[in-house]
Amino acid sequence: MILRENMLEIRDLHASINGKEILKGVSLTVRDGEVHVLMGQNGAGKSTLSNIIVGHPAYEVTQGSITFNGKDLLCMKPEERAHEGIFLSFQQPVEIPGVSMVNFMRSALNAKRKYQGKEPLAASEFLKLVREKRKIVELDNKLANRSVNEGFSGGEKKRNEIFQMAMLEPTLSILDETDSGLDVDALRIVAEGFNKLRTPLSSAIVITHYQRLLDYLKPDAVHVLINGMIVKSGGPQLAIEIEKRGFDWIKEEVGL
Amino acid sequence: MSSERQYIDLYSEYREVINEHSAPVMNALREDAFTSFQQLGFPTCKVERYKYTDVDAAFAPNYGVNLKRIGFQVNPYDVFRCGVPNLSTSLFFMVNDQFTDKAVTRPQMPDGVFIGSLCQAAMESPDLINKYYGTLARARKDSINSINTMLAQDGLFIYVPKGVVLDRTIQVVNVLRADMDLMVNRRVLIVLEEGSQAKILFCDHSIDDHEFLTTQVSEVFVGENAHLELYELEETHVRSKRFANMYVDEARNASATIDSITLNNGLTRNRTDVSLSGEYAEINMYGCVVADKEQRVDNNTLIDHKVSNCQSNELYKYVLDDKAVGAFAGRVLVREGAQKTVSQETNANLCATKTARMYSQPMLEIYADDVKCSHGSTVGQLNDAALFYMRQRGIPEEEARLLLKFAFVGEVLDSIKLEALRDRLHFLVEQRFRGELGKCAGCGPNACSTR
Repeated sequence: MILRENMLEIRDLHASINGKEILKGVSLTVRDGEVHVLMGQNGAGKSTLSNIIVGHPAYEVTQGSITFNGKDLLCMKPEERAHEGIFLSFQQPVEIPGVSMVNFMRSALNAKRKYQGKEPLAASEFLKLVREKRKIVELDNKLANRSVNEGFSGGEKKRNEIFQMAMLEPTLSILDETDSGLDVDALRIVAEGFNKLRTPLSSAIVITHYQRLLDYLKPDAVHVLINGMIVKSGGPQLAIEIEKRGFDWIKEEVGL
Repeated sequence: MSSERQYIDLYSEYREVINEHSAPVMNALREDAFTSFQQLGFPTCKVERYKYTDVDAAFAPNYGVNLKRIGFQVNPYDVFRCGVPNLSTSLFFMVNDQFTDKAVTRPQMPDGVFIGSLCQAAMESPDLINKYYGTLARARKDSINSINTMLAQDGLFIYVPKGVVLDRTIQVVNVLRADMDLMVNRRVLIVLEEGSQAKILFCDHSIDDHEFLTTQVSEVFVGENAHLELYELEETHVRSKRFANMYVDEARNASATIDSITLNNGLTRNRTDVSLSGEYAEINMYGCVVADKEQRVDNNTLIDHKVSNCQSNELYKYVLDDKAVGAFAGRVLVREGAQKTVSQETNANLCATKTARMYSQPMLEIYADDVKCSHGSTVGQLNDAALFYMRQRGIPEEEARLLLKFAFVGEVLDSIKLEALRDRLHFLVEQRFRGELGKCAGCGPNACSTR
């Protein structure tokens, strides 16, 4: 029996962008080893919540708190949050022409090692690690030699996100619609890759519109975000029900 | 007119001394240049090609001039290690405007090739020098040309005779060296005869912590079927001011690549004019500028398509930090009858701070109707989305900025055909962005203290 501690605690979070309030009091607790799913219609605030957890500078937190393993997350820089073990698989991974995947990954990994008080990884060890990890998501070696995401197909970009996750070994991964735009084979590769990377203590927040990803991931809890608030939470069954019935019945239930 | 006076007085008083310590071929053009300088004066910002650089202010201070050609007691090997070593080049040194051959074992050159003092060459082979000297620069009314022609007593002559192919890169290290604030007037003449090939790398350095004002006029002749690669790398210091005019003429089937890289400087004003005079000539011009503090870099180019079937390709990239000011004005002229011209011009710039300024002016002037020409310019900031993506992966903000800047200029560096130089420049540029350049490049301790 593993003693599960609270990894992420979000308390009454209010947040806005350009003066417009998007989150209106979100509370969520994710314990070690748990997979939580966030569902909701477009514009409900799912991506806003994930962006705030990783410290995107465009969003302003007006009220509430987020702690991560007991530390106040909101006063940390994005890179510090990454070093603490938080990883976001971007809904739209960014292309960075001229920065090679290898340089990018090496800088990221060595920055984390420095934060942990470890020596930078030797070039040979680093390349060995790249070879090992890219197999997990069947990422072509050619892609690893290119500029970050440049000329990658939609599916390759998503696989590249999971590859980076494999390299950085986060304790909390946020998958923001990682399944969107993937064909069934790519979805399987990404989901199985993600499962291979899970440890008893690693957790995830998964944003998705579809049950098919959850078939692989076996979540512990499902939350429905409507209009900037979590209005309903439940077990895996809730996602199946939403797939069948949509969101209207929930809105009615909570009187929205 | 204000700071011209001291140069007019200087020439009037010392013309005999100047002539005495130079060669008759060079002296022959001085009086004309003097007259023209008196007429032109220094250009004000109202002169189109000088609107981004205050020439008068740069020439106003009182600099020493070494008219009597007193040799500087300096062994370049002792005081200087260039940041581009191990290129297995044929290495030459210039100290200020003087070619130094005493301290250097002269590399072996094929028969007929000359690399050495322009003044000496003008004494020994006046007919050869007379055929080229001043012929390109003279036709342009330009104050820098005039003052340089009026005062320059020596410089460099590179001559590659017909059909000779130089495999090894010729590396010329220009060292600015003085015990007082100094004005240097350097003249460069490069002649590649028909069918010859050469790769030339200039590295400009200043090793003493004094004000330097350099004027340099280069005339470059690329003969029929000749191929030239010319790289200019400036790594001077914040107290250096450089006014360099280069005139290139390409004959039929000639090709040239001109790479101008400014990594460290005070004020730099490069004017580069290329004439495509023979059909099927080709020019590739690249520029890379990295400037911060209050450094200023102004590149002003003209590509003149005089005849049909020529190609030109131009790409300049600037990264400006702090209060740096950059300017790029590139004019491509396609003359009447220059049909089938293919020309592309791009200037892309990154202002990494709110206080950095960039002036970009691509110009395309076409008088022919069957051509393919494009030009474009961008001025922007670092991509915020990319920056955040990198930080989310744990790359510290400063490091992420550095990687993005480095990626931005990478396109220009990758155009460098000399592999060793390309690799070295990647290294130097990265160091430059990290603010580490100058501490370890082997320059004198004084130069470093100005960083």
